Amino acid sequence: MRKCCWRELGRVEYGAALELQRNLVGRRQQGAVPDHLLLLEHPHVITLGRNGHAENLLASQDLLRRAGISFFPTDRGGDVTYHGPGQLVGYPILDLREWKRDVGAYVRAIEQVIIDTLAGYGIAAGRIPKLTGVWVEERKIAAIGVHLSRWVTSHGFALNVTTDLSYFQYIVPCGLTKPVTSMAQLGARATREEVARSLAEHFGRVFDCEMGEN
Amino acid sequence: MTDVVMPQMGESIVEGTLTKWLKKPGERVERDEPLFEISTDKVDTEIPAPAAGTLSEVLVEEGQTVGINTVVARLDEGGGPAAKPKPATAAEAKAAPAPEPPAQQAIQPTPAPQPVEETAPAAEAAAEPAFPLSPLVRKLAREHAIDLSRVKGSGAGGRITKQDVEGYLTQQGAPPAAAAPQPAAPPAAPQQPPPPLAPAGQARTRIEPMSTMRLKIAEHMVLSKRTSAHVTTIHRVDMTKVARLRERLKDQFQANYGFSLTYLPFMVRASVAALRQFPLLNASLDGNNIVYHNEVNIGIAVALENGLIVPVVRAAGEKNVLGLQRAIVDLAARARSRQLKPDEVQGGTFSITNFGSFGSLVGTPIINQPQVAILGVGTVDKTPVVVDDAIAIRSICHLSLTFDHRLVDGALADQFMGKVRQVLESWSEEVL
Repeated sequence: MRKCCWRELGRVEYGAALELQRNLVGRRQQGAVPDHLLLLEHPHVITLGRNGHAENLLASQDLLRRAGISFFPTDRGGDVTYHGPGQLVGYPILDLREWKRDVGAYVRAIEQVIIDTLAGYGIAAGRIPKLTGVWVEERKIAAIGVHLSRWVTSHGFALNVTTDLSYFQYIVPCGLTKPVTSMAQLGARATREEVARSLAEHFGRVFDCEMGEN
Repeated sequence: MTDVVMPQMGESIVEGTLTKWLKKPGERVERDEPLFEISTDKVDTEIPAPAAGTLSEVLVEEGQTVGINTVVARLDEGGGPAAKPKPATAAEAKAAPAPEPPAQQAIQPTPAPQPVEETAPAAEAAAEPAFPLSPLVRKLAREHAIDLSRVKGSGAGGRITKQDVEGYLTQQGAPPAAAAPQPAAPPAAPQQPPPPLAPAGQARTRIEPMSTMRLKIAEHMVLSKRTSAHVTTIHRVDMTKVARLRERLKDQFQANYGFSLTYLPFMVRASVAALRQFPLLNASLDGNNIVYHNEVNIGIAVALENGLIVPVVRAAGEKNVLGLQRAIVDLAARARSRQLKPDEVQGGTFSITNFGSFGSLVGTPIINQPQVAILGVGTVDKTPVVVDDAIAIRSICHLSLTFDHRLVDGALADQFMGKVRQVLESWSEEVL
């Protein structure tokens, strides 16, 4: 069985996490390290995907600075999104050639991991056709944006656990005018660390790999 | 020559959007060096070159969505290492047209700038029964009164594409209407990528791409000017009665409903009365036909930080001033927080733009297609005027009506404005 090394990193600056991913992607492409799943949270930050629309950022960068939110254009797929405390961010660094050479299947599998995790907390989440992400009814609870280089993945997903949702007012999440929600808003009492542990288990099952903590 | 194709990124994935060329035509690329980037379903992927060589031809521009196995570029291996065997799919794609017709981005010019629609550009259906036509092609044909049987189709199965129609129009000497955001150049003439941004401090200009919303607004404005025969008539209206009423009720409105009472709902109310009396101004043109709309749906222009949008107050005739004010406040707030639903910016039959709130006295607005008239509201100012041979201080407002002279003549436009003025000057209606 393939091995996947998962790490809970706590709160990490967005730029530092980007650097860590870049490093791991390079070593994964050379086959020097196994697959990884990085779980962490970011301080307040708004990021824009490569093909994002800057107009989905509703606040000026000056206003964001004053609100203590940093801003990063990135090379992931997807539009604009917000990360912050109370949000479980996951960065899987996987070589898809060893799983399935299929980006569609990869994104659906990430959604499945999150749906299964939420089910464990009594939240019935699902998909909306053509709108990548995980939804509870019409509200988005987890966002997905991925970058692929030689079939090695980076970036990933962000699941709102106890996220302060008012920060989403600065953006149109993923360019969609649909509301966001969090596990806390839906009545689930859980800490980010607990959810991370449960998610890592579901990740191992969905991607059929042995999760080792490191 | 090696063909570079849109790769298959997964079983369920039939197309991809080419988001970025990492090499320019004429540049050398090594085998496995990243050549371009694609985007499929929230996944951005770098695609390496299948062989070493010089990028000789770029066939798919940035931003275009094409089916998998479509040839996107050609590499000239001359002088480089020997050609590597191509994947079978590439060979097939070279021999015959790509199995999937390139899915064009059929972003239709819309009646109003509608950023909410941008999140889901409709891709054309891959196959339709006998002689399929896309809505865009139908629309173009209708707008230019083209007999489509005279246009040769270059798409899969002889299908007529937008490019075919535009090519036909160019031959006929007519300018293509309804320019789509993508330049309609044939694939053989790739657009040069925009020059890179010069470092600040050195350059005397700064170049940045227009946002999608800006592009849509630009497109719509020019389309409207090209479509309609714009004429503007300006009337001076005494708003004193309305101003007094508003003064009296403003605080009550704020206290009871949480929003203030502006002049705008009065303008909507007066317009509805005039549109009922002169239904030609609540109509639109469709080819050689006049389409009369039985509903009065009034678009209200809302300024955004970097653009504008025109949400629609539906069935405006069924609402009193309170109901109209509530609808306007709600639509404007949601427009500014980008929470409008697509159908809330569609289906307008007449529009109002209130530049008076920015201090403008008089403006000449552009018609919101496919409507035939738009009312511009100037600022309301206390002004000395002559009333019964005496000088009086009245609250004066200039209203301008831009109308499409193809359908509406000046006399009718001024009768319409006379009705608007009469309703406002002799306001007697209860507002609550």
